[in-house]
Amino acid sequence: MIEADLTIILPEILLSLFAMLALLFGVYTSKDKMAPLLTWATAGVFVLLAAWIGLNGGGDNVAFGGMFHDDAFSRFSKVTILLAAAAVLVMSQDYMERRGLLRFEYPVLVALSTVGMMMMVSAGDLMALYMGLELQSLALYVIASLRRDSLKSTEAGLKYFILGALSSGLLLYGASLVYGYAGTTLFSGIIIAAGDGQMSLGLLFGLVFVISGLAFKISAVPFHMWTPDVYEGSPTPVTAFFATAPKMAAMALFARVLHDAFGGATADWQQILALLSVLSMFLGAIAAIGQRNIKRLMAFSSIAHMGYALIGLVAGTAFGVQAMLVYMAVYLTMNIGTFAFILSLEKDGTPVTDIAALNMYAKREPGKALAMLVLLFSLAGVPPFLGFFAKLGVWQAALDVGMVWLVIASAVASAIGAFYYLRIVYFMYFGDEGEELDRGRSPVLWVFLMGSAAVMLFGVINLFGIEGAAAAAAATLVN
Amino acid sequence: MIGLEHYLTVAAALFVIGIFGLFLNRKNVIILLMSIELMLLAVNINLVAFSSFLGDLVGQVFTLFVLTVAAAEAAIGLAILVCFFRNRGTIAVEDANVMKG
Repeated sequence: MIEADLTIILPEILLSLFAMLALLFGVYTSKDKMAPLLTWATAGVFVLLAAWIGLNGGGDNVAFGGMFHDDAFSRFSKVTILLAAAAVLVMSQDYMERRGLLRFEYPVLVALSTVGMMMMVSAGDLMALYMGLELQSLALYVIASLRRDSLKSTEAGLKYFILGALSSGLLLYGASLVYGYAGTTLFSGIIIAAGDGQMSLGLLFGLVFVISGLAFKISAVPFHMWTPDVYEGSPTPVTAFFATAPKMAAMALFARVLHDAFGGATADWQQILALLSVLSMFLGAIAAIGQRNIKRLMAFSSIAHMGYALIGLVAGTAFGVQAMLVYMAVYLTMNIGTFAFILSLEKDGTPVTDIAALNMYAKREPGKALAMLVLLFSLAGVPPFLGFFAKLGVWQAALDVGMVWLVIASAVASAIGAFYYLRIVYFMYFGDEGEELDRGRSPVLWVFLMGSAAVMLFGVINLFGIEGAAAAAAATLVN
Repeated sequence: MIGLEHYLTVAAALFVIGIFGLFLNRKNVIILLMSIELMLLAVNINLVAFSSFLGDLVGQVFTLFVLTVAAAEAAIGLAILVCFFRNRGTIAVEDANVMKG
């Protein structure tokens, strides 16, 4: 019995063991001299685990009496999370090392938060959900303030901690109400209590609190206020991490809670989610217009993108979940490419984040400028690129359930949002003659930027087949 | 006779006090940490009350997890606060204002 359970969570156990051994290794050897090696090793472990989970799995396995689910949905999310985390680690190594930021704790903390994310997407119980979420968040609070001697970084960590703890509190209060009124913490029990037509008022309150707690984690409006400050203040590789893997994990957790635990009460959460989605899209589009700092701009961009991904969940159908998963996978790829570009921006060795510094960038580095152009068009959702087809998927899901107004609202928001993406393109190609940035010298960042842009171009043919995997994932969740 | 609803009322009151402490306090970050702790303790009262009412032990197990995580959370919060104090020289909430907009 216990052996079977342990076999099912073997990837998580191995990754936690790796993180703890890496910590011991870091403490007992030459401290930070081994950090680059450890970073590469961690990224390697992530990729191996992703390959193992992706190729090995089959069927729907449940461990620990329903507390842990290993199904197509969790496998899809885990593979995406692991690959994104590995990409970010590889991208950060050179940047952090040159600035003396690469301490051996960084890969260890990333590995621990990744264990938390893997727990989150597999959770089948409110306790498992909470423990996974906290493992992820506690590690993220620390890496937000990784640059201990910088005021901005510690302030970002402090703000993230306070608001993150508040959101955990809200989520937990909701969980306690759900437990009290459903009589169990298992999702399989909650769906019975919440599904019989009339949901009790206590359960409804619990649901609302849980949704607001989760909305904090995906930074949906009106729970977004931490995002711009944390994105701006954290070191850029950490920002790249925040914008990718944790977003995927929180979104997958959101889908799991809504469908596994409250799948019978779709009408009760649809309206709340539609509101969150519309507000996020518009705030993300409008507030980003005035931003000069590209990291802050990416924060608002991610708020808006969470709004679009939420449309898939609002639909409340299997196709909606599928569209959401595809959207998140595309969003992660775009963000990895964009952050590879941002990481390569520097002047005399110091990082540059002002978008005005991009003036006439295309003249000096036409290849990178072209790749960035593709990525920005894709982020804005301009037709021939993959970003547009991701949006098309969620719109299709919303149209299937007759939510025409939501589609129109999101089309308007994405038209407004296109302005600030295209302004960067304008600076790169037609801006004034400005001071020159350093030539990019990291081949790793170049590979990620070009690779991500190539995916945006060639992915439109068949999305590299992830649509089928996403459909299988959604089918296990919604039935 | 003290019933379930009394415990739930106390917990709800504590939770709301915690939230107000977070949003109305302009003075000191330590008070924010105390407010967060208050919210988590309110949740614990809720869980234990439900657990006893339902005759189900899961709620108390949940409480133990919450207590453990709350301790870890407070440790990390204080550590970040110490780093912030070294850079800024103050822990007033209104001084955490380098980034705005």
